[in-house]
Amino acid sequence: MQQSAEFHTRVEHALANGQIKTSFRSAMDGLMAKRKAAFPDPEALETLRFRGAQIRANSLSKLHELLEQLENNCHKNGIQVHWAERIEDANNIVLTIMQNHQADLLIKGKSMVSEEMELNRFLEQHGIECIESDLGEYILQLAGEPPSHIVAPAIHKSRQQIAQLFNEKFPDIPYSDDVDRLTRNAREILRKKFYAARVGLSGVNFAVAETGTLCLVENEGNGRMCTTVPPVHIAVTGIEKVVEKLEHIPPLLKLLCRSATGQAITTYFNMITSPRKQGEKDGPEEIHLVLLDNGRSRIYEDDELITTLRCIRCGACMNHCPVYARIGGHAYGSTIPGPIGSILEPQKAGLDKLGDLPSASTLCGACAEVCPVHIPIPKLLNRLRFERTRNDHAGATLGQSSGRTVMEAGIWKGWSWVHSQPRLYRLAMYIITRLRKLLPQRIGPWTQVRKAPHIAQKTLHELALKEGFNDK
Amino acid sequence: MTEEKRYPEKPEKVYYFGTCLIDLLYPEAGLAGMQLIQREGIEVVFPQDQTCCGQPAWNSGYRVEAIRVAQHQLDCFNEDYPIVVPSGSCAGMMRHHYPEMFKGSTDELRANTLAGRVFELTEFLEHVLKITLEDLGSPVKVALHTSCAARREMGVATEHEALLKQLSNVELLQQSRKEECCGFGGTFAVKHPAISAEMVSEKANAITATGADTLISGDCGCLMNIAGHLEYQEKQIDSRHIASFIWERTHATER
Ligand code: SF4
Repeated sequence: MQQSAEFHTRVEHALANGQIKTSFRSAMDGLMAKRKAAFPDPEALETLRFRGAQIRANSLSKLHELLEQLENNCHKNGIQVHWAERIEDANNIVLTIMQNHQADLLIKGKSMVSEEMELNRFLEQHGIECIESDLGEYILQLAGEPPSHIVAPAIHKSRQQIAQLFNEKFPDIPYSDDVDRLTRNAREILRKKFYAARVGLSGVNFAVAETGTLCLVENEGNGRMCTTVPPVHIAVTGIEKVVEKLEHIPPLLKLLCRSATGQAITTYFNMITSPRKQGEKDGPEEIHLVLLDNGRSRIYEDDELITTLRCIRCGACMNHCPVYARIGGHAYGSTIPGPIGSILEPQKAGLDKLGDLPSASTLCGACAEVCPVHIPIPKLLNRLRFERTRNDHAGATLGQSSGRTVMEAGIWKGWSWVHSQPRLYRLAMYIITRLRKLLPQRIGPWTQVRKAPHIAQKTLHELALKEGFNDK
Repeated sequence: MTEEKRYPEKPEKVYYFGTCLIDLLYPEAGLAGMQLIQREGIEVVFPQDQTCCGQPAWNSGYRVEAIRVAQHQLDCFNEDYPIVVPSGSCAGMMRHHYPEMFKGSTDELRANTLAGRVFELTEFLEHVLKITLEDLGSPVKVALHTSCAARREMGVATEHEALLKQLSNVELLQQSRKEECCGFGGTFAVKHPAISAEMVSEKANAITATGADTLISGDCGCLMNIAGHLEYQEKQIDSRHIASFIWERTHATER
């Protein structure tokens, strides 16, 4: 299992990383505390989460219809809509728009879909420079790393590391590890790019079908710059981001901001409905919306797995995940890490490629407990474990059955055989308890950090009989 | 997961599902749970044909194998008695996952009715038996680790604590990051040993840092994991299943 080996290597690497153990872990603690403080009333929170789940589930239940409506309303508003089934299609759409405008520089706001597309790499191959304008993303671009968190992409980096990085890349700017100074430096560099770029790109948090509005949530103002300063704005997003009505936005926005960073609302909230109209002083002349499928319609087909698509990308599940807190985002080897990544990414890429992710969870349920749209993440992890090992070829998940090994299947068959025959089971337990002194005290990885469990002298079955507890 | 829970009147008879882990590793805990219920004047039935709830295979993706084992448990608990389980994890499996497991099968109805009768031990003692405990033991400091299934699936974290708080000589200490998973996760510990090791060692450190004499848990999976690590580290700290702990401190001839 090539992929397993790779995953384990990345995990070992992450566990050996002192940075993750200390600052990353405390950053997660901070985010958890902020979320908690943002929802002081548990009952109100439950009502709101229920509402959020309902809105998202409702949108998904009429996805086709809503996407059509979105397209029509966008057209009416002057937004050009493009459909992309695969990543290549989406990349080519962006490239064509760039070429039509003879643009060789793209200024980008934060967009996980563009990460999914590996857009920067693609455009650079075609001689187009991409500049990330979200501070975290910009830092990562300088470092040549992918994001490790969907909301705070550079959260794995310390202030000092960032200062070093700036110093290396911009030796002319005096060294500073002061956050404000660093931010100001980045802003000055980026400001020039905003004015130079003919095209700006952004993601979309919610696309409202009834009005053809694209909502963008951000804290730095770079999103607003990307979508208003360059003459052309391209928004890329997944087809699942559509919601039916404008009135659905306030509850979702509230859930998103509070779950993500504990903010009541972000510093910027953009609602983009049309390009610049005659007589208006600002805004782009052209807006394009690229709607990417990339496996989402396949996920959509399954009544249970469809809940994956409810996600509003708040990141709360990763902030609360004890596994993510220890291995960080990069170890997952997927665009989106953490619990949501572990269900979403293997479904998109295939269980043959990312099939380890669903197993890398204790199913502790901390993620589902906080998910603002009630995605039953542990249940879906369990489901994907099944899809990965089933041998009836009856499911539709990509890479199905790829993780089934003769040995593992044999173990579970034997286990099932013993545990479904009470007499045999009692006999087996009788023998094990009687031979307990002879059993090995080292049992694989378990005893690398633990003593072997102590097998009892007699089973509970025996004790119950001895103490006179009835069988019926 | 947070549906309103309803508890039955105090019954005359209950079924007891001992769990496979207890059967082999912690039978005294299983027995203690039965004795606690019996002491309240209730007949405890322990079907000898019970084996395992099926969770290990279910959580590993081997559903056919899990269902086969679970089906046998359905056969064991036919009468309309409450089923008491001294584990949040196995109780959660039977209460919350059996309905899903047997959905659309001929056993669906049986599985659903069984699920509705399943209670985790501490919630049963607390809400159905409304047990009062008289502490006969000497003063002791304890730390409690509530399993993730007990906390999040069964929602019985407060019941664990409430029972311990009834014991007048027991001081319950609070470890940091109390709500975090201990890193057991069944086959997770075997498939991802490095992550599991990191989690259990942090959990064990948080517990020893409290200065507790005894670690208590309502789930033997967590106990086996954390106590196994404490033992490996040669830490002088006892570990007990909550049923054993309560029974030992409240049973007159024991001390
Ligand atoms: S799965 Fe839920 S908690 Fe995780 S990012 Fe999506 S909406 Fe947020």
